[in-house]
Amino acid sequence: MKLNVQGREAYAYTGGKPFDAALPCVVFIHGALNDHSVWTLLARWFANHGFGVLAVDLPGHMRSAGPALTDIESMADWTLALLGAAGVKQAALAGHSMGSLIALEAAARAPERVTRLVMLGTAYPMAVPKALLELSVAAPLKAIDRVVTFSFSTLAAKPSYPGPGVWLRGAARQLMRLVLRHQDDPTLFHNDFAACDRYTGGMNAAALVRCPVQLVLAREDQMTPTRATREIASALNAAVHTVPGGHFLMQECPDGVLDAMRAALA
Amino acid sequence: MPGHTDPGFDTLALHAGAAPDPATGARALPIHLTTSFVFESSEHAASLFNLERSGHVYSRISNPTNAAFEERMAALEGGVGAIATASGQAALHLGVATLAGAGSHIVSSTALYGGSHNLLHYTLKRFGIATTFVKPGDIDGWRSAIRPNTKLLFGETLGNPGLDVLDIPSVGGIAHDAGVPLLVDSTFTTPWLMRPLEHGADLVFHSATKFLCGHGTVVGGVLIDGGTFDWSEAARFPELNQPYDGFHGMVFSEESTDGAFLLRARREGLRDFGACMSPHTAWLMLQGIETLPLRMARHVENTRKVVQFLAAQPQVAAVGYPELEAHPSHALAKALLPRGCGAVFSFDLKGSRSQGKAFIESLKIFSHLANVGDCRSLVIHPASTTHFRMDDAALAQAGIAPGTIRLSIGLEDADDLIDDLKRALRAAEKAS
Repeated sequence: MKLNVQGREAYAYTGGKPFDAALPCVVFIHGALNDHSVWTLLARWFANHGFGVLAVDLPGHMRSAGPALTDIESMADWTLALLGAAGVKQAALAGHSMGSLIALEAAARAPERVTRLVMLGTAYPMAVPKALLELSVAAPLKAIDRVVTFSFSTLAAKPSYPGPGVWLRGAARQLMRLVLRHQDDPTLFHNDFAACDRYTGGMNAAALVRCPVQLVLAREDQMTPTRATREIASALNAAVHTVPGGHFLMQECPDGVLDAMRAALA
Repeated sequence: MPGHTDPGFDTLALHAGAAPDPATGARALPIHLTTSFVFESSEHAASLFNLERSGHVYSRISNPTNAAFEERMAALEGGVGAIATASGQAALHLGVATLAGAGSHIVSSTALYGGSHNLLHYTLKRFGIATTFVKPGDIDGWRSAIRPNTKLLFGETLGNPGLDVLDIPSVGGIAHDAGVPLLVDSTFTTPWLMRPLEHGADLVFHSATKFLCGHGTVVGGVLIDGGTFDWSEAARFPELNQPYDGFHGMVFSEESTDGAFLLRARREGLRDFGACMSPHTAWLMLQGIETLPLRMARHVENTRKVVQFLAAQPQVAAVGYPELEAHPSHALAKALLPRGCGAVFSFDLKGSRSQGKAFIESLKIFSHLANVGDCRSLVIHPASTTHFRMDDAALAQAGIAPGTIRLSIGLEDADDLIDDLKRALRAAEKAS
């Protein structure tokens, strides 16, 4: 559905059902150069099991008007503004990678509005290697290829996402290319990476979070390795659930992530 | 398989889409010969039907063996996913029917396999889908043929019968400027010789019966989506970006930003038209694909030797292979097909239809039949078989002479193939 957030058009996928603000709400926030479609299976499941679902496109990504926001704090404010625009008083926030930092920061800025926090494929700090940051400026398509290579653990994840017959590496690569192309912003990948790299508020945010927190991590994640979550997990007093797979865990292990999300939002 | 680089083509040909079976440890992919799959619970069943979970329900829609074949082909073509079909014709129909309906229009190359021409020129017309045919090299013709209701542009990587190389970058550019996708039949080239998606195609299909299977055993097809076309705001394609009543108002482009086409093709096309592949066939296709890189290299190596031999024979009027400088597509072939121009080509024997027949009937290693892409060498004489009802004038219009012979070069010793051809040429000479 389309909303007006901070004066600009914003898009949120609602899981195949009309959004009902009276239901318990869960907001899904995608990672760098992705969009809502990385969440569709989860979104459909929760929409059909008693939740109001908002799987957003962040500003400047696919269907939400740009320009893209340049720091995690602004993206967190935008997420909270989106809740207001949708008529939602309280929501669970689930974020993947960059989205997990946005969810964390939003939960810290408005602890009374966030009922659960689920951070998937996360790390803090989320330092991006200098070479990858530079590549995302000089040759974003090559940077996409690099990220795809590092984000999967197998050549044959089953069942595929969102359904059988999908080649996950190809789908991840093409999604990022389409997001890059859709609003004709060649700097978008670098923008997102730089936002992750610059974010230094994680430990302060963790101290302000009041809701239960679940980390869902992938055993073979090379982008945000599990070891890079110990400090933030401890600060958040988070439950940690580990699934097989790489950084794009919703694609490589959809059933395992659903189980973890169901437990987190129960 | 995490690493610093993506796996190469040969590795993908063996591993993409299939790992050791977690249930049994079987290293080779099992053939899942089952119509249907047991639900864990009613809730599990409902979530599969409602696309809340990924998985298999019924083998017309998906099957684990077919999925491995589909994922491997998508990996080899550089696409986002694929759908296995009952034949190459079924793959073409699925591609067309997902985008076009009554009142739609297609722009197609004239250089087509006869079956594809029949579908576009005769059968689809009956269903209200019109086609304008354009010579593949007529770049302005492609552009001017596009109408407001055009749903796709279509051509073959190596067009029948003369092996015109489709200028995919140019035709793809014209298609995209008009907001239309380009569908390409890559049967003759396979992804080992060319990956059309990298050159500007959006959708690719194969008659997998041919080189992908490689052994002349089973009939099948596969349709691959590059995920390159942005359907999300294209007014020309409400099928993909407006609610679909046939699936609870689903908007496919919202469900999957890069896989909307595949989603509709599977959820509507396989569901309703039902031209699915047997899992046994998918398994045989995978067996073939495992050696595709080795076989294609040998196919091309043998073909070059045979082409060289035939081009030097006084009884041969012409050899139509794009690697020869005289071929009209020579420059394009150098640019788009650096690994070779495949293993199917035609040559013109000087003389009459009866000499053509004598040539064919004298061959011992080449099998006389209507197929291509087998590991065994094949031959056919169009004037006395596929086009026997045509007089010489009609044949000429189709680019076929009375002495035109089509060869599909296999994996035998090239010297033996050349000896076989020498014997047949002598027999043809005597029949004059």
